[in-house]
Amino acid sequence: MQRWPVLLFLAWVCFLFFAGIGLFMSGFLLTRIELASSSSCSDPLVPPPWERQSLPPGSCWAPQRFSKAVLVIIDALRFEFARFNTAKASPLPYENKLSVLHHLATSQPRHARLYRFRADPPTATMQRIKGLTTGSLPTFIDVGSNFATYAIQEDNLLAQLVQNVVSGSAVMQAGFLHLVLGVRSSWDHGFIFIIFKDDKKASESGCTDVTVTRSPPGMAKRSQGQSVMLCLRSGRRVVFMGDDTWEGLFPKKFFRSYFFPSFNVKDLHTVDDGILQHLYPTVDSGEWDVLIAHFLGVDHCGHKHGPDHPEMAKKLTQMNEMLRSLVDHLGNDTLLLVAGDHGMTETGDHGGDSEKEVNAALFVYSKTPLFGTGPPEEPEVVPQVNLVPTVALLLGVPIPYSNIGEVMAELFSGDGDAVSAALQQLSVYHINAKQVDRFLHSYSLVAQDLPAEQLQRLQELFSSAVEEHTRLLAQVQGATLVPLELESRLGSLIGRFQLYLREARALCTQSWARFHPLRMVGGCTLIAASCLLCYVASELAAASDSFYRSCLLYPLLWGLVVAVLLGLAHAFTQEGLDLLIVSSWAAAASQLGFFWHWWSRHPKRARLAGSQPPLASVGLRQRLRAWLGLAFPMGILLFRCGAMFSDSFVVAEARVAPFLLASLVMLLVGKLHWDGRLTAPEGPKQQLLGFSSYRREIWYLLCLVAMLLVCVRLSSFFHQCREEIPQCRPSLFLSPLASLRNTRAKNLFYLLCVALLAGLVYAVRSWLRHYGNLNSSDPLVLFVRWGFPLVVLCIACYWAVASSADDSLGKLQELVQVAVVAFPWAVYGLASVGLLLLLCNPMTVFAKDTRESAGSIVTPYLGVPSSEVDFLHVIPQIYKRMQESQKSRLERGSCKATVAAYGLGSVYSAALVIALTLLGFLLMLLHSERLSLAFLLLFLEAFMLLHIHTRAKGLAGDAEPFSVPWYAVISWLLAASQFFYSTGHQPIFPAIHWNAAFVGFHLDHSTNLLPAVLVGANTFASHILFAVGCPLLLLWPFVCEMPSSQKRKPKKEPREEPQEMEEHMMEMRLRESPEKFSAALLQLGLKYLFVLGTQLLACVCAAMILRRHLMVWKVFAPKFLFESLGFVVSSICLLLGISLVMRVDCAVSTWFSQLQLSSYTGKVEVMLESLLGSRAFFPSKNPRNRQVGSTHSPDSVASGPLRSSGPMPRVQPCVPPLAALVPPADLAGGCVVPSAREAAGQGSLRY
Amino acid sequence: MKEAEIRRLLAANLLCVFSIILTAVVPAFFWDGFTVLGTHLAWLCICSVCVSALNIILHLVLKTNLSPKRSSFAHKISRFLKCCIYFFMSCILFHAIIVLYGAPLIESVTETFLFAVLLSTFTTLQCLCMLGPNIQAWIRVFSKNGAMSIWESSLQITTMCSILGAWFGAFPIPLDWDRPWQVWPISCSLGATFGYMAGLVIAPLWIYWNRKQLTYKSR
Repeated sequence: MQRWPVLLFLAWVCFLFFAGIGLFMSGFLLTRIELASSSSCSDPLVPPPWERQSLPPGSCWAPQRFSKAVLVIIDALRFEFARFNTAKASPLPYENKLSVLHHLATSQPRHARLYRFRADPPTATMQRIKGLTTGSLPTFIDVGSNFATYAIQEDNLLAQLVQNVVSGSAVMQAGFLHLVLGVRSSWDHGFIFIIFKDDKKASESGCTDVTVTRSPPGMAKRSQGQSVMLCLRSGRRVVFMGDDTWEGLFPKKFFRSYFFPSFNVKDLHTVDDGILQHLYPTVDSGEWDVLIAHFLGVDHCGHKHGPDHPEMAKKLTQMNEMLRSLVDHLGNDTLLLVAGDHGMTETGDHGGDSEKEVNAALFVYSKTPLFGTGPPEEPEVVPQVNLVPTVALLLGVPIPYSNIGEVMAELFSGDGDAVSAALQQLSVYHINAKQVDRFLHSYSLVAQDLPAEQLQRLQELFSSAVEEHTRLLAQVQGATLVPLELESRLGSLIGRFQLYLREARALCTQSWARFHPLRMVGGCTLIAASCLLCYVASELAAASDSFYRSCLLYPLLWGLVVAVLLGLAHAFTQEGLDLLIVSSWAAAASQLGFFWHWWSRHPKRARLAGSQPPLASVGLRQRLRAWLGLAFPMGILLFRCGAMFSDSFVVAEARVAPFLLASLVMLLVGKLHWDGRLTAPEGPKQQLLGFSSYRREIWYLLCLVAMLLVCVRLSSFFHQCREEIPQCRPSLFLSPLASLRNTRAKNLFYLLCVALLAGLVYAVRSWLRHYGNLNSSDPLVLFVRWGFPLVVLCIACYWAVASSADDSLGKLQELVQVAVVAFPWAVYGLASVGLLLLLCNPMTVFAKDTRESAGSIVTPYLGVPSSEVDFLHVIPQIYKRMQESQKSRLERGSCKATVAAYGLGSVYSAALVIALTLLGFLLMLLHSERLSLAFLLLFLEAFMLLHIHTRAKGLAGDAEPFSVPWYAVISWLLAASQFFYSTGHQPIFPAIHWNAAFVGFHLDHSTNLLPAVLVGANTFASHILFAVGCPLLLLWPFVCEMPSSQKRKPKKEPREEPQEMEEHMMEMRLRESPEKFSAALLQLGLKYLFVLGTQLLACVCAAMILRRHLMVWKVFAPKFLFESLGFVVSSICLLLGISLVMRVDCAVSTWFSQLQLSSYTGKVEVMLESLLGSRAFFPSKNPRNRQVGSTHSPDSVASGPLRSSGPMPRVQPCVPPLAALVPPADLAGGCVVPSAREAAGQGSLRY
Repeated sequence: MKEAEIRRLLAANLLCVFSIILTAVVPAFFWDGFTVLGTHLAWLCICSVCVSALNIILHLVLKTNLSPKRSSFAHKISRFLKCCIYFFMSCILFHAIIVLYGAPLIESVTETFLFAVLLSTFTTLQCLCMLGPNIQAWIRVFSKNGAMSIWESSLQITTMCSILGAWFGAFPIPLDWDRPWQVWPISCSLGATFGYMAGLVIAPLWIYWNRKQLTYKSR
């Protein structure tokens, strides 16, 4: 058997896929690391002490210019929407609608200005809001401290505005109010006095304790135990109204908020009308410092109708009216900003990086003069991130830590002359540059994705500019410069700061905010080619002899050569070696190599076929039929892949996968029926009547299908919800038992879960016992006997401890803390011991030598047989001896000398089943208690699928016993993705079960690897189980062979015996043709990878094609990420499963060779016997001998004396019913132990 | 002879199609506010009743079924009762299968059951009319080369088309279009109806097309 080539081939194919995934991911997923630091007012970096003195109170970093600001965000306000072109005679629906902006800009050129506002991709609303508040470039994955919420963790404008807010609005708003006895509200003066009921709560409020000699005016006198706190109002009151995305991003940051649902894209008015209802009253009340209004109507109108539609005109006119009256309501100290977060394409979509999507509008207005000069002819282009430092400094708060924007200097020019304006601008630039430099420095400490040499250059630029700045300032203070020179030097210094800031931003943009279409296409192509390769190779694997040389060795060499060449090239050019690029080039080269060799072999076959025309035509027809046969499972796969391209279907995939699985199985049965496989061959009587009747086995098949469907349906009770389906309620079973209030229900569920676990162990053990795998006394079998219940016990204890109410245990608290950690570790330990045992000795075979021993009848005489004990010792032995001789007389000839090997027929499957059970225990431990029900369903469904597959294969009369049909592989994978959802998962980040990281750990992890492994195992539990169990698809039909053939046995004519005999050998048939076995394993693996890869390809294509889609960052990108991670996990587990089978095969080989060595005595027959009575034996030269009930003929077997060094002896079964071995009534009763039981008794009497 | 029979089949099938269209149109004249989508359950009932009535009448008129050898009154009664039981059982079975395919278990039981009745009307009732309560004949008809007359071929095609239509009808349900016909079970029942109608039209055409190849075993 070729073990290594098979594994190597599969590993190579996996590598091809991984390279494709990696390449695509590097082009599609933009990642960045979030820093946790935040700026504060007292940061040492700004400004020099002499400048700080000039800061007015209430300002940080720079003098506050506006005490209030209104930020109106009109979602998807493209620049063209805001621009007013008077010359245009017949404007489009979206043109010339915002006349108020034009009017203000022309009538008050120093008060108002319109800009082009360039958004950074990805232009999705959530990412843009992040960008507009953090001043950074949010990517799809901002690797931060917490995946579980969408809330912005990074330092941001709102956090800066409401810093120290607990002393202000939070106390006022909620939570604390009932603790407060009285409030003297002086918000407008910047402080309040609060009297708290008790001191403890007061200290939590964050307010400062003040010693008041006198009660504050208007407050009741405080009594003992109450404290008066002075709460300073340093935070701004931020009022928000509009899109409820902000609620998730900034929980509890707002002084007051009016959220409206943003999910329904069809709804144009709810959000806008809601805002308009609250906007003016709020503005007039004056209870705010910063007001944010986020209008969604324009965006929704774009999604629904597109920009070029009368509805858009109406919507924009409404916005115009809103702005006009808003301006009237504003005071003199208020800054008004109207901004679009992104643009839209001609179809109204956004998300990508095309010109129309990134080109938004920004309008700035205040009732006091803002600008020193009039507006330029063509509106300036302002990157979106520039808004953040500008607003921060204008309002007198620190710039957020991660900001990479550049201040809009013209807003800081003020009223003075040119020099003072330039000095002011210089100071804000200086602050800005220092902040950016600090950020770049700390970012480069945590992440390496910014190129080092460019960072170095930026650093030099910055330090030289700062030096110049200090020099200049010293000269200004000394007043040694003439104004003209000063002005020019100021100008050039500002230019240097600008250059620094722009280059820094460009550097970040380059690495964070750009798709790489070339890489995406390349990755997609690699994956597609790998799928094709899998398909071609799976067709080829069985056929050819020099397969491995031409299809594995040469392509690998090609790939290696390319990799080495690239490595050398890099070494010569002294460039950094990008491992991803090298590996994808190597993968591409080896793929080319494969297809090249395949193609060069292809014509030969075609020519061969061409020389024999009749054969060719037959081949064509057969091929056509094969294609038609393929169409039905492949059609289901096609539907599944097509579903990846629609966001609704991705959202509803939890229901799509079971639907398709049920359809596939029903179609399979329907097809079998249509082909007449289910009806019995028509006898003459039936033909007369014209009726057909079902075979009896059909009912078994139908029952299996019905049970499968029930399993599929029941598994849908364990689904988690996505926020896209608002009416969905998450399954009750997902929450841990500890959260249940009702004690009785809790106990009931607990007992149910434990009973199910015990049931699973019982089922596995009885399965193993049924096939005779539980007889030996090997450590593994002992582990199955005793270790499994122990594992269950540990899990049950863990659940009991974890789900008990915390307060009820009182003094036992510490003990519980220990137990919560100890029990999972016990399970981990036991499971790993089990897996190790499985790897060391996966044989679950018990060999019993029943050769007639030449020894004496009884054990050696030990002394005077006087005592009763010795008689008791001797008599059973004599009895046994008699029984054996009787038996041997019955079996004389054929089975005279045998080695009975229990469980050899299912040795491969037994190892897999044990491994799967252990893995199942581990994974159940990581899930919440009641999901063990889902796992039970999983095992049940897999069992059903295997049986249906076996039955269908038997009924279809497949000529190829070694190939697994496509429908089986596809249904196996459909079940895998179905149970991904049925174990309470969804492909979105908030649905990940983070609790799994703390099973067995008490809230501390030294590394990130271990929790990642635990959470990953939890998330991809079903992928792991189904992938490891995949070889069962090949093995199961062999394991299940026996009962069916036994049933048919009586009907068979004697001449059919030789064929029938071969059917009895179960998995030893696989060993009989090792080449075919390895080819079959390879083929199965390739088919599995093909189906997995096709699903992945669909996801990848969907993510690539729909990267401008509204839902790309909410639906498609997470789906792609989960699917590709699932692919990686599945393929690795598939390799592990197949290598486990190989390991068992190794062990079986050594077992056979040992047996040969020890038992070689010339003409020996070795019986292989499982408890069902199937027997196989080593061939011998014995003449033909038929025994009662046994139907073998040794002549059909290659005979000859066994050579210990020779090839693996062929194994033949002979099937005497158990009764034939045991002499009838006289021996069966009383103290007599039948032979099989006796054998079992050596391992343990529990047989 | 064959041509004539195909023509009869075509006429009968077109009549069925026509009657289904009528069930969607006519009740609106008597009942204000009747629409197929708005009052879907009512339409389901009307459609099932009309189609079954028409089918029974057609089969009585055209005598397509196996004429029972014994035609005593008691035998007829028992046959009829058996048919009723079979029909009811098929409704239950379809209901179970639909639920197993993912239909809600407890909510909207009426809708699901009426949909099951409609499916039974399109499939089981036809079989009952043509083959009688004889499961073995059914098994024979629904296998390759099992049809023994053009009527049975037509039965094969319409049944498969109805079920396929119902299957495809489930596809639009998850889409977020917010259309009234995406509500359970409207899309599925409409799919089944359209599939049935398509099958009725396709069957005679297909039989006509393949009339050379179709050689039916004699009874």
